[in-house]
Amino acid sequence: MKIAHHPDTATLMAYAAGTLDEAFAVAVSCHLEVCDECRNSVRWAAALGGGFLCEETGTTPLSEGAFGRLLERISATSETPHTAPDRVSLAGDGVTRGTPRALSGYLDTDLELIRWKRIGPGVWQKPISLSPGASSSLRLLRIAPGRGVPEHGHGGQEITLILSGAYRDEIGYFGPGDVADLDEHVEHKPQVVSDEDCICLAATEKPTRFKGIAGRLLQPFVGI
Amino acid sequence: MFIPSATIPERGMNANADLAQSHRALIGRIAEHRDKDAFAELFDWYAPRVKAMLVKQCGSSEMAEDIMQDVFLTVWLKAGQFASSKGAVSTWIFTIARNRRIDVFRKQSSWHYVGIGEMEFPDEAPESADVLLSGEQDSLVAQAAATLPEEMREVIHLAFVEEKSQSQIAGELGIPLGTVKSRTRRAFEKIKQQLEGVL
Repeated sequence: MKIAHHPDTATLMAYAAGTLDEAFAVAVSCHLEVCDECRNSVRWAAALGGGFLCEETGTTPLSEGAFGRLLERISATSETPHTAPDRVSLAGDGVTRGTPRALSGYLDTDLELIRWKRIGPGVWQKPISLSPGASSSLRLLRIAPGRGVPEHGHGGQEITLILSGAYRDEIGYFGPGDVADLDEHVEHKPQVVSDEDCICLAATEKPTRFKGIAGRLLQPFVGI
Repeated sequence: MFIPSATIPERGMNANADLAQSHRALIGRIAEHRDKDAFAELFDWYAPRVKAMLVKQCGSSEMAEDIMQDVFLTVWLKAGQFASSKGAVSTWIFTIARNRRIDVFRKQSSWHYVGIGEMEFPDEAPESADVLLSGEQDSLVAQAAATLPEEMREVIHLAFVEEKSQSQIAGELGIPLGTVKSRTRRAFEKIKQQLEGVL
Protein backbone atom coordinates (compact mmCIF):
# COMPACT_ATOMS: atom_id res chain seq x y z
CA MET A 1 0.00 0.00 0.00
CA LYS A 2 1.27 3.42 -0.88
CA ILE A 3 1.98 5.79 1.96
CA ALA A 4 -0.26 8.85 1.77
CA HIS A 5 0.60 10.74 4.94
CA HIS A 6 4.14 11.73 5.86
CA PRO A 7 5.83 13.66 8.66
CA ASP A 8 6.02 17.41 8.20
CA THR A 9 9.15 18.57 6.34
CA ALA A 10 10.12 20.56 9.42
CA THR A 11 9.95 17.34 11.44
CA LEU A 12 12.20 15.53 8.96
CA MET A 13 14.68 18.41 9.09
CA ALA A 14 14.73 18.23 12.90
CA TYR A 15 15.23 14.47 12.66
CA ALA A 16 18.22 14.95 10.36
CA ALA A 17 19.68 17.59 12.66
CA GLY A 18 19.27 15.21 15.60
CA THR A 19 17.08 17.56 17.59
CA LEU A 20 13.83 15.61 17.83
CA ASP A 21 13.06 14.33 21.27
CA GLU A 22 13.34 10.57 21.71
CA ALA A 23 9.71 9.49 21.24
CA PHE A 24 9.39 11.49 18.02
CA ALA A 25 12.75 10.27 16.74
CA VAL A 26 11.66 6.66 17.24
CA ALA A 27 8.32 7.22 15.49
CA VAL A 28 9.97 9.01 12.56
CA SER A 29 12.65 6.33 12.35
CA CYS A 30 9.97 3.63 12.09
CA HIS A 31 8.33 5.57 9.27
CA LEU A 32 11.65 5.99 7.44
CA GLU A 33 12.06 2.23 7.44
CA VAL A 34 9.13 1.99 5.07
CA CYS A 35 9.24 5.31 3.21
CA ASP A 36 11.76 5.98 0.43
CA GLU A 37 10.50 9.48 -0.09
CA CYS A 38 11.11 10.63 3.47
CA ARG A 39 14.42 8.77 3.66
CA ASN A 40 15.43 10.83 0.68
CA SER A 41 14.38 14.06 2.32
CA VAL A 42 16.38 13.15 5.41
CA ARG A 43 19.43 12.51 3.22
CA TRP A 44 19.05 15.94 1.69
CA ALA A 45 18.81 17.46 5.12
CA ALA A 46 21.79 15.48 6.42
CA ALA A 47 23.80 16.75 3.45
CA LEU A 48 22.97 20.21 4.68
CA GLY A 49 24.47 19.24 8.02
CA GLY A 50 27.54 17.89 6.24
CA GLY A 51 27.87 21.12 4.27
CA PHE A 52 27.62 23.20 7.42
CA LEU A 53 30.20 20.99 9.09
CA CYS A 54 32.64 21.70 6.28
CA GLU A 55 31.91 25.32 5.67
CA GLU A 56 30.43 27.03 8.67
CA THR A 57 31.19 25.33 11.92
CA GLY A 58 34.73 26.63 12.20
CA THR A 59 37.46 24.69 13.92
CA THR A 60 38.44 24.08 17.52
CA PRO A 61 42.03 23.06 18.30
CA LEU A 62 42.38 19.46 19.41
CA SER A 63 44.08 18.43 22.60
CA GLU A 64 47.76 17.52 22.39
CA GLY A 65 48.38 14.08 20.87
CA ALA A 66 44.74 13.51 19.90
CA PHE A 67 45.57 11.51 16.77
CA GLY A 68 48.10 9.36 18.63
CA ARG A 69 45.49 8.44 21.21
CA LEU A 70 43.05 7.57 18.46
CA LEU A 71 45.61 5.22 16.86
CA GLU A 72 46.14 3.59 20.25
CA ARG A 73 42.42 2.99 20.57
CA ILE A 74 42.37 1.54 17.09
CA SER A 75 45.11 -0.95 17.87
CA ALA A 76 43.45 -1.79 21.18
CA THR A 77 39.96 -2.38 19.81
CA SER A 78 38.80 -5.90 19.26
CA GLU A 79 36.36 -4.75 16.64
CA THR A 80 37.46 -5.50 13.11
CA PRO A 81 36.76 -3.11 10.27
CA HIS A 82 33.39 -3.58 8.65
CA THR A 83 33.72 -4.34 4.99
CA ALA A 84 30.27 -5.48 3.95
CA PRO A 85 27.40 -3.07 4.39
CA ASP A 86 25.08 -3.71 7.32
CA ARG A 87 22.14 -5.28 5.60
CA VAL A 88 19.12 -3.31 6.47
CA SER A 89 15.88 -4.61 5.12
CA LEU A 90 13.86 -1.66 4.03
CA ALA A 91 10.46 -2.29 2.66
CA GLY A 92 9.87 1.07 1.03
CA ASP A 93 6.35 0.13 0.08
CA GLY A 94 4.52 1.12 3.19
CA VAL A 95 4.24 -2.45 4.37
CA THR A 96 5.46 -2.86 7.90
CA ARG A 97 6.94 -6.30 8.35
CA GLY A 98 6.79 -7.33 11.95
CA THR A 99 8.23 -4.98 14.54
CA PRO A 100 10.00 -1.91 13.13
CA ARG A 101 13.73 -2.04 13.85
CA ALA A 102 13.80 1.30 15.59
CA LEU A 103 11.08 0.12 17.95
CA SER A 104 12.27 -3.42 18.61
CA GLY A 105 15.08 -2.25 20.90
CA TYR A 106 12.51 -0.69 23.18
CA LEU A 107 10.29 -3.74 23.46
CA ASP A 108 11.07 -6.90 25.35
CA THR A 109 8.96 -8.93 22.96
CA ASP A 110 7.59 -8.99 19.43
CA LEU A 111 4.68 -6.79 18.54
CA GLU A 112 2.35 -9.80 18.35
CA LEU A 113 3.21 -10.90 21.88
CA ILE A 114 2.72 -7.62 23.66
CA ARG A 115 0.78 -7.65 26.90
CA TRP A 116 -1.76 -4.93 26.39
CA LYS A 117 -3.42 -3.02 29.13
CA ARG A 118 -7.08 -2.24 28.57
CA ILE A 119 -7.79 1.42 29.09
CA GLY A 120 -11.36 1.64 27.88
CA PRO A 121 -13.91 -0.21 25.74
CA GLY A 122 -12.01 -1.51 22.72
CA VAL A 123 -8.88 0.48 23.53
CA TRP A 124 -5.62 -0.94 24.85
CA GLN A 125 -2.20 0.54 25.33
CA LYS A 126 1.39 -0.35 26.02
CA PRO A 127 3.55 2.49 27.35
CA ILE A 128 7.15 2.38 26.15
CA SER A 129 9.96 3.39 28.47
CA LEU A 130 12.36 6.00 27.15
CA SER A 131 15.50 7.55 28.59
CA PRO A 132 14.78 9.27 31.91
CA GLY A 133 15.75 12.58 30.34
CA ALA A 134 13.20 12.34 27.54
CA SER A 135 10.64 15.13 27.45
CA SER A 136 8.28 13.18 25.24
CA SER A 137 6.38 9.97 25.76
CA LEU A 138 5.80 6.99 23.54
CA ARG A 139 3.10 4.36 23.58
CA LEU A 140 1.53 1.71 21.43
CA LEU A 141 -2.21 1.89 21.08
CA ARG A 142 -4.50 -0.87 19.95
CA ILE A 143 -8.02 0.08 18.99
CA ALA A 144 -10.80 -2.32 18.01
CA PRO A 145 -12.69 -2.04 14.69
CA GLY A 146 -15.38 0.63 14.80
CA ARG A 147 -13.94 2.17 17.93
CA GLY A 148 -12.56 5.63 18.20
CA VAL A 149 -10.19 7.44 20.44
CA PRO A 150 -12.01 10.19 22.35
CA GLU A 151 -11.65 13.58 20.70
CA HIS A 152 -8.76 15.44 22.14
CA GLY A 153 -6.89 18.66 21.70
CA HIS A 154 -3.16 18.45 21.58
CA GLY A 155 -0.93 19.98 24.18
CA GLY A 156 1.92 20.02 21.71
CA GLN A 157 3.21 18.05 18.77
CA GLU A 158 1.87 14.53 18.37
CA ILE A 159 3.10 11.97 15.87
CA THR A 160 1.10 8.82 15.26
CA LEU A 161 2.40 6.04 13.03
CA ILE A 162 0.01 3.33 11.90
CA LEU A 163 1.58 -0.12 12.20
CA SER A 164 -1.43 -2.22 11.24
CA GLY A 165 -5.11 -1.73 10.57
CA ALA A 166 -6.42 1.67 9.58
CA TYR A 167 -8.35 4.62 10.87
CA ARG A 168 -10.12 7.55 9.36
CA ASP A 169 -10.46 11.04 10.77
CA GLU A 170 -11.17 14.57 9.58
CA ILE A 171 -7.85 14.59 7.72
CA GLY A 172 -8.29 11.34 5.81
CA TYR A 173 -7.60 7.62 5.73
CA PHE A 174 -4.52 6.37 7.59
CA GLY A 175 -3.18 2.91 6.85
CA PRO A 176 0.07 1.07 7.65
CA GLY A 177 3.11 3.32 7.33
CA ASP A 178 1.07 6.52 7.35
CA VAL A 179 1.99 9.20 9.83
CA ALA A 180 -0.22 11.85 11.39
CA ASP A 181 2.10 14.68 12.37
CA LEU A 182 -0.12 17.13 14.19
CA ASP A 183 0.51 20.28 16.10
CA GLU A 184 -1.45 21.66 19.00
CA HIS A 185 -3.94 23.43 16.77
CA VAL A 186 -5.35 20.28 15.26
CA GLU A 187 -8.19 18.38 16.83
CA HIS A 188 -9.22 15.09 15.34
CA LYS A 189 -11.38 12.11 16.11
CA PRO A 190 -9.97 8.94 14.58
CA GLN A 191 -12.29 5.99 14.04
CA VAL A 192 -10.90 2.58 13.24
CA VAL A 193 -12.19 1.46 9.83
CA SER A 194 -10.20 -1.76 9.30
CA ASP A 195 -11.61 -5.24 10.01
CA GLU A 196 -8.68 -5.90 12.31
CA ASP A 197 -7.55 -3.92 15.33
CA CYS A 198 -5.60 -0.81 14.50
CA ILE A 199 -2.18 -0.72 16.15
CA CYS A 200 -0.35 2.56 16.17
CA LEU A 201 2.68 4.11 17.75
CA ALA A 202 1.99 7.47 19.32
CA ALA A 203 4.63 10.00 20.34
CA THR A 204 3.40 12.94 22.35
CA GLU A 205 4.98 15.95 23.87
CA LYS A 206 2.75 16.95 26.71
CA PRO A 207 -0.22 15.41 28.46
CA THR A 208 -3.11 15.07 26.06
CA ARG A 209 -6.29 16.77 27.11
CA PHE A 210 -9.27 14.56 26.46
CA LYS A 211 -12.60 16.19 25.93
CA GLY A 212 -16.09 15.14 26.84
CA ILE A 213 -17.31 13.02 29.73
CA ALA A 214 -16.05 9.73 28.33
CA GLY A 215 -12.71 11.36 27.77
CA ARG A 216 -12.56 12.77 31.25
CA LEU A 217 -13.34 9.36 32.67
CA LEU A 218 -10.79 7.75 30.44
CA GLN A 219 -7.94 10.11 31.07
CA PRO A 220 -6.78 8.81 34.47
CA PHE A 221 -6.51 5.32 33.00
CA VAL A 222 -4.83 6.35 29.81
CA GLY A 223 -2.38 8.52 31.61
CA ILE A 224 -1.67 10.50 28.49
CA MET B 1 23.67 33.46 19.58
CA PHE B 2 23.57 33.22 15.86
CA ILE B 3 26.89 34.10 14.34
CA PRO B 4 26.71 34.74 10.63
CA SER B 5 29.66 33.22 8.92
CA ALA B 6 28.91 33.01 5.22
CA THR B 7 32.32 33.04 3.66
CA ILE B 8 31.10 30.29 1.42
CA PRO B 9 30.88 31.90 -1.97
CA GLU B 10 34.58 32.78 -1.78
CA ARG B 11 35.52 29.33 -2.75
CA GLY B 12 34.19 28.29 -6.10
CA MET B 13 32.09 25.24 -6.74
CA ASN B 14 35.05 23.50 -8.27
CA ALA B 15 37.17 23.93 -5.19
CA ASN B 16 34.36 22.42 -3.11
CA ALA B 17 33.90 19.60 -5.54
CA ASP B 18 37.64 18.92 -5.56
CA LEU B 19 37.72 18.85 -1.79
CA ALA B 20 34.81 16.42 -1.66
CA GLN B 21 36.47 14.22 -4.27
CA SER B 22 39.76 14.19 -2.38
CA HIS B 23 37.92 13.19 0.81
CA ARG B 24 36.32 10.30 -1.01
CA ALA B 25 39.73 9.26 -2.31
CA LEU B 26 41.05 9.24 1.27
CA ILE B 27 38.15 7.04 2.35
CA GLY B 28 38.98 4.72 -0.53
CA ARG B 29 42.59 4.39 0.65
CA ILE B 30 41.49 3.74 4.23
CA ALA B 31 38.98 1.16 3.07
CA GLU B 32 41.29 -0.72 0.75
CA HIS B 33 44.70 -0.42 2.34
CA ARG B 34 44.00 0.59 5.95
CA ASP B 35 46.14 3.56 5.00
CA LYS B 36 46.98 5.51 8.16
CA ASP B 37 48.41 8.48 6.25
CA ALA B 38 45.10 8.89 4.47
CA PHE B 39 43.34 8.55 7.80
CA ALA B 40 45.59 11.21 9.34
CA GLU B 41 44.83 13.58 6.49
CA LEU B 42 41.09 13.08 6.83
CA PHE B 43 41.40 13.46 10.61
CA ASP B 44 43.38 16.70 10.31
CA TRP B 45 40.69 18.21 8.15
CA TYR B 46 37.54 16.98 9.90
CA ALA B 47 38.46 16.47 13.56
CA PRO B 48 38.78 20.19 14.48
CA ARG B 49 35.46 20.83 12.71
CA VAL B 50 33.68 17.94 14.38
CA LYS B 51 35.06 19.09 17.71
CA ALA B 52 33.94 22.68 17.08
CA MET B 53 30.42 21.47 16.30
CA LEU B 54 30.35 19.26 19.38
CA VAL B 55 31.66 21.99 21.67
CA LYS B 56 28.73 24.15 20.58
CA GLN B 57 26.36 21.31 21.29
CA CYS B 58 27.80 19.84 24.50
CA GLY B 59 29.26 22.97 26.01
CA SER B 60 32.22 20.97 27.27
CA SER B 61 35.54 20.72 25.48
CA GLU B 62 36.45 17.41 27.13
CA MET B 63 33.18 15.78 26.22
CA ALA B 64 33.45 17.12 22.67
CA GLU B 65 36.94 15.66 22.36
CA ASP B 66 35.78 12.27 23.68
CA ILE B 67 32.87 12.09 21.27
CA MET B 68 35.13 13.25 18.43
CA GLN B 69 37.47 10.35 19.22
CA ASP B 70 34.55 7.91 19.07
CA VAL B 71 33.47 9.41 15.75
CA PHE B 72 36.85 8.78 14.14
CA LEU B 73 37.10 5.28 15.55
CA THR B 74 33.82 4.64 13.74
CA VAL B 75 35.16 6.29 10.58
CA TRP B 76 38.15 3.92 10.68
CA LEU B 77 36.02 0.84 11.32
CA LYS B 78 33.30 1.62 8.82
CA ALA B 79 35.24 3.22 5.98
CA GLY B 80 35.01 -0.01 3.98
CA GLN B 81 31.31 -0.06 4.39
CA PHE B 82 30.90 3.57 3.47
CA ALA B 83 33.20 3.31 0.44
CA SER B 84 30.64 1.11 -1.29
CA SER B 85 27.86 3.63 -0.81
CA LYS B 86 27.45 6.77 -2.85
CA GLY B 87 27.08 9.41 -0.19
CA ALA B 88 29.34 12.34 0.54
CA VAL B 89 32.01 12.03 3.22
CA SER B 90 30.93 15.22 5.00
CA THR B 91 27.33 13.97 5.25
CA TRP B 92 28.55 10.64 6.56
CA ILE B 93 30.76 12.18 9.23
CA PHE B 94 28.05 14.64 10.23
CA THR B 95 25.65 11.72 10.67
CA ILE B 96 28.11 9.68 12.75
CA ALA B 97 28.78 12.66 15.01
CA ARG B 98 25.08 13.36 15.39
CA ASN B 99 24.26 9.75 16.25
CA ARG B 100 27.16 9.46 18.66
CA ARG B 101 26.15 12.65 20.46
CA ILE B 102 22.58 11.38 20.83
CA ASP B 103 23.89 8.03 22.09
CA VAL B 104 26.19 9.59 24.66
CA PHE B 105 23.47 11.84 26.01
CA ARG B 106 21.04 8.96 26.31
CA LYS B 107 23.61 6.75 27.98
CA GLN B 108 24.28 9.44 30.51
CA SER B 109 20.69 8.99 31.47
CA SER B 110 21.48 5.29 31.96
CA TRP B 111 19.15 3.83 29.38
CA HIS B 112 20.59 1.40 26.92
CA TYR B 113 19.88 3.05 23.65
CA VAL B 114 19.46 1.24 20.39
CA GLY B 115 20.71 3.42 17.60
CA ILE B 116 18.31 5.54 15.71
CA GLY B 117 19.05 6.56 12.18
CA GLU B 118 21.21 3.62 11.27
CA MET B 119 19.18 3.04 8.19
CA GLU B 120 20.28 6.23 6.58
CA PHE B 121 23.07 4.66 4.64
CA PRO B 122 21.64 1.50 3.23
CA ASP B 123 23.87 0.08 0.52
CA GLU B 124 21.31 0.55 -2.17
CA ALA B 125 20.49 4.20 -2.22
CA PRO B 126 17.29 5.28 -3.90
CA GLU B 127 17.91 6.67 -7.34
CA SER B 128 17.12 10.29 -6.66
CA ALA B 129 19.51 10.26 -3.71
CA ASP B 130 22.23 9.00 -6.06
CA VAL B 131 21.67 11.97 -8.25
CA LEU B 132 21.98 14.43 -5.43
CA LEU B 133 24.57 12.97 -3.19
CA SER B 134 26.91 11.09 -5.45
CA GLY B 135 30.41 12.26 -4.70
CA GLU B 136 30.90 15.98 -4.52
CA GLN B 137 27.41 17.37 -4.73
CA ASP B 138 26.79 17.82 -1.04
CA SER B 139 28.90 20.93 -1.04
CA LEU B 140 26.36 22.42 -3.41
CA VAL B 141 23.79 21.99 -0.69
CA ALA B 142 25.80 24.19 1.64
CA GLN B 143 26.27 26.74 -1.10
CA ALA B 144 22.57 26.77 -1.77
CA ALA B 145 22.02 27.24 1.96
CA ALA B 146 24.30 30.25 1.90
CA THR B 147 22.00 31.99 -0.57
CA LEU B 148 18.88 31.59 1.57
CA PRO B 149 17.24 34.67 3.02
CA GLU B 150 18.82 35.41 6.38
CA GLU B 151 15.73 34.54 8.42
CA MET B 152 15.63 31.04 6.94
CA ARG B 153 19.36 30.51 7.11
CA GLU B 154 19.32 31.45 10.75
CA VAL B 155 16.84 28.75 11.77
CA ILE B 156 18.58 25.96 9.92
CA HIS B 157 21.99 27.08 11.14
CA LEU B 158 20.73 26.95 14.73
CA ALA B 159 19.26 23.50 14.12
CA PHE B 160 22.18 21.88 12.33
CA VAL B 161 25.22 23.56 13.80
CA GLU B 162 24.02 24.22 17.31
CA GLU B 163 21.57 21.34 17.47
CA LYS B 164 18.81 23.44 18.92
CA SER B 165 15.30 22.05 18.89
CA GLN B 166 12.62 23.99 17.06
CA SER B 167 11.06 25.13 20.33
CA GLN B 168 14.47 26.27 21.64
CA ILE B 169 14.97 28.23 18.41
CA ALA B 170 11.56 29.80 18.82
CA GLY B 171 12.44 30.82 22.36
CA GLU B 172 15.83 32.16 21.41
CA LEU B 173 14.57 34.24 18.51
CA GLY B 174 11.36 35.24 20.27
CA ILE B 175 9.15 33.97 17.44
CA PRO B 176 6.29 31.44 17.45
CA LEU B 177 7.14 27.77 16.98
CA GLY B 178 4.94 27.73 13.88
CA THR B 179 7.16 30.39 12.32
CA VAL B 180 10.29 28.34 12.98
CA LYS B 181 8.61 25.38 11.30
CA SER B 182 7.42 27.33 8.29
CA ARG B 183 10.87 28.90 7.78
CA THR B 184 12.42 25.45 8.02
CA ARG B 185 9.98 24.07 5.46
CA ARG B 186 10.56 26.96 3.08
CA ALA B 187 14.32 26.68 3.45
CA PHE B 188 14.15 23.01 2.54
CA GLU B 189 11.95 23.65 -0.48
CA LYS B 190 14.13 26.50 -1.70
CA ILE B 191 17.31 24.47 -1.48
CA LYS B 192 15.66 21.58 -3.24
CA GLN B 193 14.37 23.80 -6.03
CA GLN B 194 17.71 25.46 -6.50
CA LEU B 195 19.58 22.20 -6.73
CA GLU B 196 17.11 20.63 -9.08
CA GLY B 197 18.06 23.42 -11.46
CA VAL B 198 21.78 22.71 -11.11
CA LEU B 199 21.90 18.94 -11.04
